[in-house]
Amino acid sequence: MKKTGPVILGFLVGTLMLIQFFTPNEWIEARYNNVLDWKQVVFGITLILGVISLFVYHWKKIEKRSEGWGYSVVTVAGLLFMIVVALIFSPERGPYPWMFDHVQAPMQATMFALLAFYVASASYRAFRARSFHAALLLIAGVVVMLGRVPLGELIGLQHVSSWILDYPNLAAKRGILIGVGLGMVSTAIKIIVGIERTYLGKGA
Amino acid sequence: MSWDGIGMILAAILTIAIFSLLYRDNPFYRFAEHLLVGVSAGYYVVHYFYSSVIRKFAVPVFGQGDLWLLPGGVLGLLMLFRLGRKVQWVSRYAIAFYVAAWSGYLIPSVIKERIQAQIVGTLPPSPGSAPWIAILGSLLILVGVVSILIYFYFSVEHKGAVGKISQVGITFLMVGFGASFGYTVMGRVSLLIGRFQFLFQDLPQALGW
Repeated sequence: MKKTGPVILGFLVGTLMLIQFFTPNEWIEARYNNVLDWKQVVFGITLILGVISLFVYHWKKIEKRSEGWGYSVVTVAGLLFMIVVALIFSPERGPYPWMFDHVQAPMQATMFALLAFYVASASYRAFRARSFHAALLLIAGVVVMLGRVPLGELIGLQHVSSWILDYPNLAAKRGILIGVGLGMVSTAIKIIVGIERTYLGKGA
Repeated sequence: MSWDGIGMILAAILTIAIFSLLYRDNPFYRFAEHLLVGVSAGYYVVHYFYSSVIRKFAVPVFGQGDLWLLPGGVLGLLMLFRLGRKVQWVSRYAIAFYVAAWSGYLIPSVIKERIQAQIVGTLPPSPGSAPWIAILGSLLILVGVVSILIYFYFSVEHKGAVGKISQVGITFLMVGFGASFGYTVMGRVSLLIGRFQFLFQDLPQALGW
């Protein structure tokens, strides 16, 4: 019940999803679409679980007055505010989309923009042409960066940059994609037949 | 002042608060960071709750009587058992369902869209059907893909011919990683430019400064 039941359920659902691709049977196709819908519902409720965990974590910090509990108040307030205004005004208008446009989106963009500085400082430390391959990495990175700015265009580097992106880079991406794809397929088969069950947690 | 104007000022203050990390860790940055976590979590949970639980479950089941969707809600509720230590095992049913459904869904789509499509794209065009420069480029990609796959093939020792081919694979990988790195950096830099444009161009323009 605790260990075998979930594995059997996984086998049945996984097999249904897999055989749907090979059969034109309407009943199977309808159940396949049902499973896709169920999956979305489970995902939606799982997010609630995640938010409950986040809330409990910060609430405990506030209760115990742990170090930095004031920041936890900010997190909890932000979280509750978004949920409450969506319930009161609907998610399509009012403060909910306003908060997304004026608080979340600008802050998220700034966080990613901030990474430009850290990536630059990390590359300063990492980009040392110690070997042939490290030199290749350095040259390819610098050429692609320069090829995207007016200075690089002045010396014609945009063509070299495009060539690198269209040929060696494409080959590398394809090699990785095919390798990752094969890995995904083998892992998926292992999950369906119950060989791989670490995702169920300890003792499964 | 309009709500949009207030929003722009708030966005500018929060943007500067996040940039203040460049000096060092400080309370303004930490405030903005924690606010982002809370607001984002709230935003996504509401967004997905409405788009999945309400639209895909509550409305069809309770509004239109579509009972085929009921098991989705039951499985979702099973997930909440994760919160209780003694009954945590019940949530395994929901996890097993979700992971296995994804796995079954992924196998054909990955084979078709990732593996097959990439192999077809790698094969060079037949001579005469494309300019020779395009054929040469395709051959270069073919050499790169094959050598990278051999580099990732660990069932044989990388010695002799296999070792040499895998060295070619590493060469392609390094150029690819360098290019991806450069591309990512430029993406981040354009985001940075966007934030500065917001602070020094859009905001003063909108507020008539």
